[in-house]
Amino acid sequence: MLLIYCPYCEEERSELEFRHGGDAHIARPTNIADISDAEFEDYFFLRDNPKGLIFERWRHIHGCGRFFNAARDTVSDKFYMSYKAGEPKPYIPGVSPASEKPLSENVGETYEATEGTAK
Amino acid sequence: MADHALRKAPLAGRHGGSAGARVTPAAPATRLSLRAGADALGALSAAFGLTLPTRPKTSASAGGRHALWLGPDEWLLIDENEADLMALAAGAGVLHSAVDVSHRNTAILVSGPHAAGAIASGCPLDLGNAIFPVGAAARTVLGKIEVVAFRPGEEDYRVECWRSFSPYAFGLLSEGAEDAGL
Ligand SMILES: [Zn+2]
Repeated sequence: MLLIYCPYCEEERSELEFRHGGDAHIARPTNIADISDAEFEDYFFLRDNPKGLIFERWRHIHGCGRFFNAARDTVSDKFYMSYKAGEPKPYIPGVSPASEKPLSENVGETYEATEGTAK
Repeated sequence: MADHALRKAPLAGRHGGSAGARVTPAAPATRLSLRAGADALGALSAAFGLTLPTRPKTSASAGGRHALWLGPDEWLLIDENEADLMALAAGAGVLHSAVDVSHRNTAILVSGPHAAGAIASGCPLDLGNAIFPVGAAARTVLGKIEVVAFRPGEEDYRVECWRSFSPYAFGLLSEGAEDAGL
């Protein structure tokens, strides 16, 4: 059983309490009505599915209910770290992200950045 | 014809467990699912007569009323004396969301020296003293269902589950109680 650190509960909890939420740091186009079908396909459907370090969304659905992000190795399943929604991609010492996209790209998460506050 | 319908308790008449871990249905209680931002906590705490906890896995209790931290802006309130929690919330006068879940949930009490072991038979939460002391509370899973575990006393645990899942939860906890301490 995997133990996953929830940054809101501030402790490791069983993977049974969590749900995977796909790739993190995917910025919704601000001009979504204007983009082509191919551009929409790329934003909405296409993912790299790489071997190695990736950044992905998780939800502590049977715990505090929060979405957060985690850095995980897709081969070993090792979780390097978890961080709150809205925070930028962290630098993992000694490990390069498996995605071809550079680390500086896609740091803006429009909806996740405000998800932590109930209004 | 009956003059009024009788409310049927979901676990009425059930009993189970072992000498080391008794498993019993909890008495009826009123419950609220409460969501609120940090700026509303003072007024809501005053309305409920206890300080809503803001640290993970903690709770606050006063006179049979309990406020369990479920998430950064979410609490489960339980009143064992069946006070009108909805009216108290409405009187707070601050922005919040309160849903009456008194009859959505029911609770199972697990008590005795092997109570933690009985729950652990189907629950991945660490229930040890260091990490789940008296007063701790958390939403988690029990077997295939979601529950809220709460530890009101040294050898007392309260397992809140949805009403329709309660026969499953009761059966699983009773089996666990028979196995715990063997
Ligand atoms: Zn959590």
